[in-house]
Amino acid sequence: MAILEILTYPDERLKQLAEPVTVFDQALHSFLRDLEETMRAGPGGVGIAAPQVGRFQRIALVDCSVTRKPVPNHGLLVLINPEISEWEGMTVGREGCMSVPDYTGNVIRAERIRLQAFDADGVQHEYQCEGFEARALQHECDHLDGMLFLDRLVSRRNDLFRRKVYQK
Amino acid sequence: MKHWYMLTLVGKDRSGIVAHISAALFDGGCNLGEASMMRLGGNFSIMMMVEFDGTSHALQQMVAPVAESMGLHLHLDRIAAQLHQHLEPDLRITVYGADKAGIVARITGALAEAGLHILEMETSVAGSVEQPIYIMQIEGHAAEGLAALQSALDVVAQKGVEAHLEAIDTMIG
Repeated sequence: MAILEILTYPDERLKQLAEPVTVFDQALHSFLRDLEETMRAGPGGVGIAAPQVGRFQRIALVDCSVTRKPVPNHGLLVLINPEISEWEGMTVGREGCMSVPDYTGNVIRAERIRLQAFDADGVQHEYQCEGFEARALQHECDHLDGMLFLDRLVSRRNDLFRRKVYQK
Repeated sequence: MKHWYMLTLVGKDRSGIVAHISAALFDGGCNLGEASMMRLGGNFSIMMMVEFDGTSHALQQMVAPVAESMGLHLHLDRIAAQLHQHLEPDLRITVYGADKAGIVARITGALAEAGLHILEMETSVAGSVEQPIYIMQIEGHAAEGLAALQSALDVVAQKGVEAHLEAIDTMIG
């Protein structure tokens, strides 16, 4: 096990497209263990994607069971070649990223998603996620396409408030 | 030796101010840090962190002609400053209601006593001349937890003033 080095923007490699995983072997298992250890070592991190540690494959982990305030979650999700197939609702929330230190910003994400992904053994699963966990999954899937939350920033000032007013 | 300065400019708004000022600063060898520009009551206002290898006087001499040419008042302070020192907000408070004197003092006073550290605040007067409404948005850090702030808010939010507090749960991925 090892804590891997996190690439930080402006490292151009964070903007590249990751390749699908085709081989589900011991090396993959070993990498997943290191990736998880790296995620848990980051302060407050609930997700990590392989490109963040310089491995440009479609691999991500999310674990929203450890948040300060409990949120609906599926525990540790191992996401290999994940595909989001359905998006529903929109919500603004604050995001930060281990690859973008010292900055957080507001991002619009789908409130609920349906997602298919393979696990470490190459078995496909389907998940329905909402809220904070859905946000984390969308953030990590973006990394696989070379997207950072900086690419999706919205105003810090107005969006949330307007939405709140209309909900009343 | 480089120093940080806080440059404040205020004046009648028009397009191109930021471009002019930042070009003058760049040409003069300055580096910009964090900045916040707002249009308040039709006025242009900006505060910007400027890093400059020279005296306050020299910087003043450099910026004054540009500010003057655009009708802006200039104020310069040498400051102790560092970048990469952001404090992350963990709550957002929105307050709105019919515009009445004392809303801000009453609400922020109670919140300060309950442990609120305001990191960003923006207020606006909207509505119409006949019926102005006051809107305040605060992002801050709760030193003594959200519950203490909610209790304080419940007490001070009187009839006709809507006050809403919500946690900011930042997702770090």
